[in-house]
Amino acid sequence: MSTLLRLATAGSVDDGKSTLVGRLLYDTKSILADQLDAVERVSRERGMTGADLALLTDGLRAEREQGITIDVAYRYFATPARSFILADCPGHVQYTRNTVTGSSTADVIVLLVDVRHGVLEQTRRHLAVASLLRVPHVIIAVNKIDLVDYAEDTFRTIEADIRQLTNGLGLTDVTVIPVSALVGDNIAERSERTGWYDGPALLEILEELPTGEDPTRQPLRFPVQYVIRPQSGAVDQKYREYRGYAGRVAAGVVRPGDEIVVLPSGRRSRVVGIDLADQELEEAFAPQSVTLRLADDIDIARGDLIASANDAPSLTKDVDALVCWLAERPLVEGSRVLVKNGARTVQAVVRSLHSKLDLDTLVGQPAEHLELNDIGRVRLHLASELPTEAYTRTRNTGAFLLVDGQQGGTLAAGMIVSPDPEGERSPDWVI
Amino acid sequence: MRDPPVTTTETVHSLDAGSTHRYELDQLDALESESIHIFREVTAELERPVLLFSGGKDSVVMLHLASKAFFPGKVPFPVLHVDTGHNFPEVLDFRDRTVERLGLKLIVAKVQDYIDDGRLFERADGTRNPLQTQPLLDAITAGRFDAVYGGGRRDEEKARAKERIVSLRDEFGQWDPRNQRPELWDLYNARHRPGEHVRVFPLSNWTELEIWRYIAREQIELPSLYYAHHRKVFLRDGMWLADGPVSRPREGEEVVDKLVRYRTVGDMSCTGAVESDATDVERVITEVAATTLTERGATRADDRLSEAAMEDRKKEGYF
Repeated sequence: MSTLLRLATAGSVDDGKSTLVGRLLYDTKSILADQLDAVERVSRERGMTGADLALLTDGLRAEREQGITIDVAYRYFATPARSFILADCPGHVQYTRNTVTGSSTADVIVLLVDVRHGVLEQTRRHLAVASLLRVPHVIIAVNKIDLVDYAEDTFRTIEADIRQLTNGLGLTDVTVIPVSALVGDNIAERSERTGWYDGPALLEILEELPTGEDPTRQPLRFPVQYVIRPQSGAVDQKYREYRGYAGRVAAGVVRPGDEIVVLPSGRRSRVVGIDLADQELEEAFAPQSVTLRLADDIDIARGDLIASANDAPSLTKDVDALVCWLAERPLVEGSRVLVKNGARTVQAVVRSLHSKLDLDTLVGQPAEHLELNDIGRVRLHLASELPTEAYTRTRNTGAFLLVDGQQGGTLAAGMIVSPDPEGERSPDWVI
Repeated sequence: MRDPPVTTTETVHSLDAGSTHRYELDQLDALESESIHIFREVTAELERPVLLFSGGKDSVVMLHLASKAFFPGKVPFPVLHVDTGHNFPEVLDFRDRTVERLGLKLIVAKVQDYIDDGRLFERADGTRNPLQTQPLLDAITAGRFDAVYGGGRRDEEKARAKERIVSLRDEFGQWDPRNQRPELWDLYNARHRPGEHVRVFPLSNWTELEIWRYIAREQIELPSLYYAHHRKVFLRDGMWLADGPVSRPREGEEVVDKLVRYRTVGDMSCTGAVESDATDVERVITEVAATTLTERGATRADDRLSEAAMEDRKKEGYF
């Protein structure tokens, strides 16, 4: 079976990120002749000697004119074992929001570190984002190893620094590899020039990592997107009385016979069937899109959450959360916003802003407002009760957007944190 | 407040962790699930969606996914075709049969009508692809559509690689690539002001090869010209163009009979055929897997106009 892995790359341009992306595409034969021709032609026109592989990813006119990457670009490559979706995030320090965006869907983040510079401020920031966003796996590619003559001690010193940092951040699955993206050491194949490194090459790791989280370790969470009751609009008259709840399993596994509870109503029922179009399934797991049929005709609408009856989230109108602010206009206490969580959108007010995270010291500081790219901790007061649980428990149900109800723009990426038993008195939180 | 950091054991690499679990989706199932989720989300939140359907393979796959998303209900929105007047007849026939089979309403916006009454002018190079933008925008306004599903894929072209899955268009249908909404997790923001609409691309993360593998797996029928057949063609700018009423050979261009197939289907006057003996879907997959040219590079004259041809057209409201 061939699976699909989503990865995000991070690191600054100078760390050789474009070269790494180009190398991965090139080594998996994902760059086709006409694309390479176009890149070579433009590189020549600009007086460069070799092909500038960054031109492959810089898709917008403004990016090519300014020689910078503005926006997350998506690239696709495949090996016989697996297909990959690569979110190439721009490396500028101020573009935290791009790293947050790319990390939100990633199974793994590949972070570049220049072996000559070691851990930088930016390495710290990107790792903090990976930790906040709970990216399941982190690979740190210590790049340009050829420029230090493949010296093991240089690599080991950096590796130790990285380990200290990632342990402090609570990152549990971290791999550190010495690579040269330019020469190709340890990218597609293990390099003979790093004989002291006995681990696999980057592509080998990417081929083997599990995709997503293991759904058997989580309770069922199924946000209802759409109620399917075709009546006279059925594809066949035999489905006239069909009634099913369509959605995507956000966490866990569901099987016929499972006892469920519908939130926020609290009504209980039992799953009697799982459909994927005209196929009936024996089970479904995250992130499958299916339709559930229940034993009882209970009132269920879009936005409701179907959850395991014996392990359901609690309902609350007050939510503590970390938010990454994505808008030009700053966040201030008292702002009215929409919270979009799962298939539900509710009105909310920003009751209080506890603190702003200093990504360099990784410590919260008191703050009056959050600006573009800031990450802070807030308390939201909702207009109606929402089933909530911490993002650290289930990534999909703990995530939300803040949306501008008037202009429609996306204001923030939010992650629910467990209610703080100490109340609002401890602003000095450490992530 | 986060849980206290977990003390980690320093594994050298993840392969030792033995952390694979058996609940993993096949790549086609993963892509299908994502597309179905997008259809349900946008259709539930917006009032008047419409799906762009040309009979081309991507729009056929998109419609197939929509059918699965709402089964056993019918697809709950109409389909729209912007007809250049330069279509392959077998594709139009296929379009009509598909729409009838699924019991859908078909809206056709005709470029020819605009040329006939002088709202648009035929271009010197004869291609009508860029002329589709105006009829498309007018049809969106006339139908008061607020969500327009399109079959664009990010792997097709580098301007498209920067496109969101749910992408805002202003009242003139324009795309502003520098001012796109960040798109996080699987939470889509389709809110817009009156007069604006969203374009939605459920196939964003599919590649050409995955489209073909899915066509094989789901046994999806396509117009016959996607498979190898004999056709009278002539060579222009390195592409085999069909000899027909809208694309006549110029002096020095010789018409020959070739075994060809189409990788994309569009305006006959600028869509090239590729030499191929792939007569069935499995042979097409083998061919696509081994190709050295991109789909658009091999078959679309209009995308060769300039490096930013697609970006410019998209900004104006093209799909």
